[in-house]
Amino acid sequence: MSVLVDKNTKVICQGFTGSQGTLHSEQAIAYGTKMVGGVTPGKGGTKHLGLPVFDTVRQAVDATGATASVIYVPAPFCQDSILEAVDAGIELVVCITEGIPTLDMLKVKAKLDTTNVRLIGPNCPGVITPGACKIGIMPGDIHLPGKVGIVSRSGTLTYEAVKQTTDKGFGQSTCVGIGGDPIPGSHFIDILKLFEDDPGTEAIVMVGEIGGTAEEEAAEFINSSITKPIVGYIAGVTAPPGKRMGHAGAIIAGGKGTAADKFAALEAAGVRTVKSLAEIGDALSEVTGWK
Amino acid sequence: MNLHEYQAKGLFAEYGLPVSQGYAVDTADEAVAAAEKIGGNRWVVKVQVHAGGRGKAGGVKLADSTDEVRAFAENWIGKNLVTIQTDEKGQPVSKIYVESCTDIGRELYLGAVVDRASRRVVFMASTEGGVEIEQVAEETPEKILRAVIDPYVGAQPFQGRELAFQLGLEGVQIRQFTNLFMGLAKLFEELDCSLLEINPLVVTTEGNIHCLDAKVNVDGNALYRQAKVAAMHDPSQEDEREAQAAEFNLNYVALDGNIGCMVNGAGLAMGTMDLVKIHGGNPANFLDVGGGATKEAVSEAFKIILSDENVKAVLINIFGGIVSCATIAEGIIGAVQEVGVTVPVVVRFEGNNAKKGRETLAASGLNIIAAESLTDAAQKAVAAAGDKA
Repeated sequence: MSVLVDKNTKVICQGFTGSQGTLHSEQAIAYGTKMVGGVTPGKGGTKHLGLPVFDTVRQAVDATGATASVIYVPAPFCQDSILEAVDAGIELVVCITEGIPTLDMLKVKAKLDTTNVRLIGPNCPGVITPGACKIGIMPGDIHLPGKVGIVSRSGTLTYEAVKQTTDKGFGQSTCVGIGGDPIPGSHFIDILKLFEDDPGTEAIVMVGEIGGTAEEEAAEFINSSITKPIVGYIAGVTAPPGKRMGHAGAIIAGGKGTAADKFAALEAAGVRTVKSLAEIGDALSEVTGWK
Repeated sequence: MNLHEYQAKGLFAEYGLPVSQGYAVDTADEAVAAAEKIGGNRWVVKVQVHAGGRGKAGGVKLADSTDEVRAFAENWIGKNLVTIQTDEKGQPVSKIYVESCTDIGRELYLGAVVDRASRRVVFMASTEGGVEIEQVAEETPEKILRAVIDPYVGAQPFQGRELAFQLGLEGVQIRQFTNLFMGLAKLFEELDCSLLEINPLVVTTEGNIHCLDAKVNVDGNALYRQAKVAAMHDPSQEDEREAQAAEFNLNYVALDGNIGCMVNGAGLAMGTMDLVKIHGGNPANFLDVGGGATKEAVSEAFKIILSDENVKAVLINIFGGIVSCATIAEGIIGAVQEVGVTVPVVVRFEGNNAKKGRETLAASGLNIIAAESLTDAAQKAVAAAGDKA
């Protein structure tokens, strides 16, 4: 079992014939993801990586029955691409691109809130259900089909959590990178809810970082609505205030968004936190009793 | 991206918002000429730096003669201003802003930010002008008035009127404030702002609304479509190494420790700094070398890290995703040889081709310490830097 995607999820790629779209679609196909085509305006009717190319998302959806789309187009065009996918009836949009203007995302998010479409990202590694469906840029081979749901704002920190749960033999139900932007399409709460309702997810790892209050909001939700064991980690204890730490959303502003506040909120909600990211796997053993 | 006050006020003026007549100048002679052009016998002179707290630090002065204008400019141009918001070196002053003097009746606050929690642009206003708004929010949250902007329809005049009445404004001030509110909302949207602040916004003794200060931050991700604002970038206000790193698309933030960190991915870079701290060391920097971590990027990263003379060891932490650790190992070897690294380098590889990467490093004959795990890497780096592990 899994959340968001499984072996039957039909996926198209927007920005299919570009370098990023090509590289990661090749890897997704090799992993076994059910890629059914792609979209590049002006190249409709051609083939790429053995799959049909369409001019519009609507044509791609009509012809293939795709329900998910992954976006690799450059940041200036992402608002347009996300909204095109929403309009065409795509249910899950995964936007990998970094650098989308915040005001574009405010509009996109407001539109999304009036629909049932789920957007993962932007500025994220994507979503993977190990052994079934890989949508994004994560390395497939570190994953193991299993029972831990992982949700994270950071790409490489997700990989660390994946590696530790794979080394322990627990594996992952689904891993979701919600991205490092200040206005993400999905928040921790959205994904935690999915993990709670998924019988295949038996424990959860949540990886946060400085900036914003999404972890504090998640802590309240965990307190009221999550029954599964959960391990939390926050990056950026040593980050100075007022400095953007790589991710657009990773900044302590006006004294808000510190790692200390986030750790405290999670601990108050009963989450087993780890201060060292090397201890995620061990902490998971502790809260689940798994060997 | 931050703008200077004079740049922000220039934009305000273009949007028809009430700012004083003023000129940004580079020399004492120009400062006097600006004062004479403005006329009158009283001016405000302000150093232009990217930092708050200028007034308390002596960077703002009321000048009662052109001699005082000249003395202020001569005193500050070419020097650094240290405020509570800067480091101990302060920010370099290359421009002075000379402005006509405003007679202040009341001081208010007006600002706008992208509020992450509500995912809206939110305006905040307060009767408590001239003080830090965070302090007002902390101590007397009821004194902060809010207007939330609908991303579809934009700001509406009624929102401006509501704020104006709640601020206790009256008569012509209501219309003036509403026009200011609408103009700021337009500027925020059209220039891709992430923050706007007028502190203080004043009611003059004649009873008019007037922007005494102006702060504008613009979304760095939107600069590709904000050419005019992008041209206002002043690299002299940034840390030298941070500016250099930005030129090579590296994300670098200077810290005050002695263990240089080079990591792929922003989250892992923060996590690595935290690990160094947990194991008794102090990180010298945040550095995200990027997903590719090419030889060129690694070389530049080394140069920037090592230009900090506090650095006693370098910790490289790479989780190979799509990129192979073997490729990165080649990059590290090339960079170490090219840059001439003399401090110990600890490398931890994980993920794609990590074993091959470690073997490549071991075979290089260079003084590179291979780490077995995250914890091992942090401990070895701390030990190599001479701190207690």
